[in-house]
Amino acid sequence: MSEIGLARRDNLWSAALGSRSFMIGAVLTGIFVLAALISFVWTPYGAAAQDIPNKLKPPSSAHWLGTDHFGRDTLSMIMVGARTSIAVALIAVGLGAAIGTPLGLAAAARRGSLLDEVIMRGNDLVFAFPALLIAILITAVFGPGAVNAIIAIGIFNIPVFARLSRGAALSLWQREFVMSARVAGKGAVRISAEHILPNILNTLIVQATIQFSLGILAEAALAYVGLGTQPPTPSWGKMLSDAQTMIALAPHVALVPGLAIVLTVLGVNLMGDGLRDIFDPQLRRSRG
Amino acid sequence: MRTSLVVLAVAGALIMSTALTPAYAQARTDVRVGLVLEPPNLDPTAGAAAAIDEVVYANIFEGLTRFDANGAIIPALAESWEISGDGLTYTFHLHSGVKFHDGTGFDAEDVKFSFDRARAEGSVNAQKALFADIASVDAVDPRTVRITLSRPNGNFLFNLAWGDAVIVAPESAETNATKPVGTGPFAFIEWQQGDHVDIARNPDYWGTPVRLEKATFKFIGDPTAAFAAMMAEDLDVFPNFAAPETLSQFASDPRFEVVVGSTEGETILAMNNSKPPLDNPKVREAIAHAIDRQAIIDGAMFGYGTPIGTHFAPHHPDYVDLTAISGYDPEKSKALLAEAGITDLTLSLKLPPVEGYARRGGEIIAQQLAAIGIKTETTNLEWAQWLEQVFTGRDFDLTIVSHTEPLDIGIYARGDYYFQYKSEAFNQIMADLGNETGPAERSELFKAAQTRIAEDFANGFLFQLAKAGVQNAKLKGMWVNAPTQATDLTGVYWEE
Repeated sequence: MSEIGLARRDNLWSAALGSRSFMIGAVLTGIFVLAALISFVWTPYGAAAQDIPNKLKPPSSAHWLGTDHFGRDTLSMIMVGARTSIAVALIAVGLGAAIGTPLGLAAAARRGSLLDEVIMRGNDLVFAFPALLIAILITAVFGPGAVNAIIAIGIFNIPVFARLSRGAALSLWQREFVMSARVAGKGAVRISAEHILPNILNTLIVQATIQFSLGILAEAALAYVGLGTQPPTPSWGKMLSDAQTMIALAPHVALVPGLAIVLTVLGVNLMGDGLRDIFDPQLRRSRG
Repeated sequence: MRTSLVVLAVAGALIMSTALTPAYAQARTDVRVGLVLEPPNLDPTAGAAAAIDEVVYANIFEGLTRFDANGAIIPALAESWEISGDGLTYTFHLHSGVKFHDGTGFDAEDVKFSFDRARAEGSVNAQKALFADIASVDAVDPRTVRITLSRPNGNFLFNLAWGDAVIVAPESAETNATKPVGTGPFAFIEWQQGDHVDIARNPDYWGTPVRLEKATFKFIGDPTAAFAAMMAEDLDVFPNFAAPETLSQFASDPRFEVVVGSTEGETILAMNNSKPPLDNPKVREAIAHAIDRQAIIDGAMFGYGTPIGTHFAPHHPDYVDLTAISGYDPEKSKALLAEAGITDLTLSLKLPPVEGYARRGGEIIAQQLAAIGIKTETTNLEWAQWLEQVFTGRDFDLTIVSHTEPLDIGIYARGDYYFQYKSEAFNQIMADLGNETGPAERSELFKAAQTRIAEDFANGFLFQLAKAGVQNAKLKGMWVNAPTQATDLTGVYWEE
């Protein structure tokens, strides 16, 4: 761990508490993460339990967020849906970062080499396809389902992390502490792992939060078109698509999952925005 | 000054509009029809898909007889017929002056060609059973056809009314799939795949000319898009509207009329009768008792539908209400499963792309089966995939589909039909029915057939599909009921 990263850590907490966008984002995200966690042990009703005589009921004391067209409790579905959304987005982004970052670091370490060219042009290739199109392609070929949605979203995250880590790493390779490590005889892999990675971690974390919110949107979009999470597992996107023809009959059925998506994405984005400010002392000073 | 100008402008506009109104008041002569499914081809003699007949039946193609709006059999290309005393010889007298759309003449040879083609060895006709009793077809003279049967068939005129029994010309039979040429009051114009089929009035039609000049069939599978298209008046009629939850909105809008009628669509949870453990009647019985029909009708169809206990239309005079045989009783289901020694059962549920009965119904049935301990693996398929995997490939445990052909209980006698129900007793009933012409005896046999499949729990019998259509309030002459799969536009007109 090099000195640049360590020097800042102490200030981070106070900076975090001082950043309004980070706090709002963290609270919003926290609510949904909490809902997802609680859903493992408790939901008001079974998320898949149908009660058709009580379908499309508006919010009441029995069903806080009303019921859907099968009489399922919307709150329970939102809670379990949060679990699906978060899990899919988290694993997918993790997958993208875990593959993309080493690729980017390798490309930076061998700048201008054939390896660099192959990795980066390969990334360009994946990048050239619109993200959702890749996802639809993959789920169309391998069949719909949460696992394939994770793989699909993960794949379009790879070039994002590869490019970012290569760009950030390139400038570090010129720095003195890296030079001295090279003089000390450390190899490219060790330098990348011990000196480069810790110093680009902040950038990666900020990017990861942004990708995470995109992942939630992508999961919802795939489920909406019927290619993501399959029923009876609740998913916000599926809830929205089920609800759209019932908007006039029972607006809450569409409104609730729609709001859940908007608020979560907003929360994660605000948090990412705040994190960037916190991690960047210069920006912090100029705003503070 | 300014106010008076505005008043003047408004007055001017009013005068203009009243002056122009008569020009617009003339009744329209085109119609835009919304259909949920796009046909895979346009040849009704070479495909099982109901969507084919929904475009071409009575509009482009005609048979010797046809169904009218109430399901009665009326003459079409045959103006009259005689049946011999033994019920074996049918002599049809054909209309004169009938021409195919490509200008070729229609005569007895075309009838012979069509039926010989349909019943030939390598025929791709989806309902070859309709022609099974034909021994020979002879063109006596250009306007007379004699059909000899190998055994009496009380249903023969009914069989000839099916879309699969329409008359095609030898010159165009091979290309009907993409460029249908029939004798009907409408001629095919174009098929924009994935979007629409256009047909236009046939000026040389032999019968009463239709009042419409042009009709467009638009294929809109997505219920939301269908709703938007109707609301925006991009469509004039949607005879089988796929989103029953929105019907109340149309009903309260004076621009539209909601028409609810009956169909021949027995909606069933089809079970693969030859695949273990579904080959065990106890397991099928357990599944049948796990189904709460009313929940499915309310949850998937918003109340539109009539529960059925067998594969027979409730509006048919010979229908017997057998719903009690497979009444909702999950406790009995569990006991039956235990009796059959089934503990951990996962079944595949392959659903065609019909939002209402299949997709929503599937979610409800999956829940009802879960309640008795049967897990399901749901796969949503497109129609082509469904036909390939389920209908042809029989690679399924359960599926939900609506059989919209009229009086089609005979499919249970075809051992190789996709659900592969095999019963000697049932086949015997069907054979007796084929030999029987007495109305009372036939009625008894139909009832026996219904009871047989209900007691064998051949499939899960869910409900009779309702025909819930939405149309422009000024459009008249559409069928209220659907005695066969068709969108008959021959009597459709706009009210002035």
